[in-house]
Amino acid sequence: MDLQKFFEMGGYAGYVWTSYGLTALILIWNWWAARRSEAEAQTAAKRRNELALERSS
Amino acid sequence: MSWTWFHKLASPPHAYRILGTIAPWFGWASLALILLATWWGLVKAPPDYQQGDGFRILYVHAPSAWMSMFTYVVMAVAAGVGLIWRIKLAHAAAAACAPIGASFTFLALATGSIWGKPMWGTWWVWDARLTSELLLLFLYLGYMALRASFDDPQRADRASAVLALVGVINVPIIHYSVNWWSTLHQPASVTKFDKPSIDMAMLIPLFIMIAGFQLYFGWAVSRRLRGEILRRERNANWLKEAA
Repeated sequence: MDLQKFFEMGGYAGYVWTSYGLTALILIWNWWAARRSEAEAQTAAKRRNELALERSS
Repeated sequence: MSWTWFHKLASPPHAYRILGTIAPWFGWASLALILLATWWGLVKAPPDYQQGDGFRILYVHAPSAWMSMFTYVVMAVAAGVGLIWRIKLAHAAAAACAPIGASFTFLALATGSIWGKPMWGTWWVWDARLTSELLLLFLYLGYMALRASFDDPQRADRASAVLALVGVINVPIIHYSVNWWSTLHQPASVTKFDKPSIDMAMLIPLFIMIAGFQLYFGWAVSRRLRGEILRRERNANWLKEAA
């Protein structure tokens, strides 16, 4: 495979690579945001449990 | 028919556990399919006879446009179930869908615009397909803003569910807009009742990418829904074990 030809995308390089780059960005953002949303809720739930334990003891 | 399986599934502790088990499977499978489809679409698929290599944007544009509508329907059905049967988990699922759907809608609009420039000679045109897809983005954003405007989660659930249900009318409008109105956007070439008008060599990577995006949605919604469940079940006893 000719790498240079591949990257040129028949003259559409700017359009094709911007589209794929943007897609990668959105997928990575979703991955990060979903993980963070779950992790934050877990940390908050843990804290509530600890506080409840402290109060009961 | 017994509904106990349904009640079990709709119970937050059970759902929390199941989602945690299936999420990694969704995640790894989606990664594998998306990587495979990217290679297939960029390298293996032949160039288009009219658009050359520019048509390869199809492999990210069509799946994101599909996901933008699919996610909305899932969100509206979940909101409807929550509204009718008062199932809190369904409302939580609808809330988990919104940011994912909004991001796919943005991606569909952006990649479409980038594709439109070399092929149509313009980034944007106010035709029925593009305008209704833009409206979809505003529906997602409106849904999230409405939820955020309530302090009481139950009121947020009910109000946003009504918005989600009203907005679902827009989904068939997006889909059929290319048939009902004269648009610059091309008519459907895959979801037709007769044979699709794309060659199999180009269609296979598209289907793989759509499958990959679906699984990716499954992963993201599982993670977000687990977060939603924890935030809502503030004082439940099972949380002590889960957290």
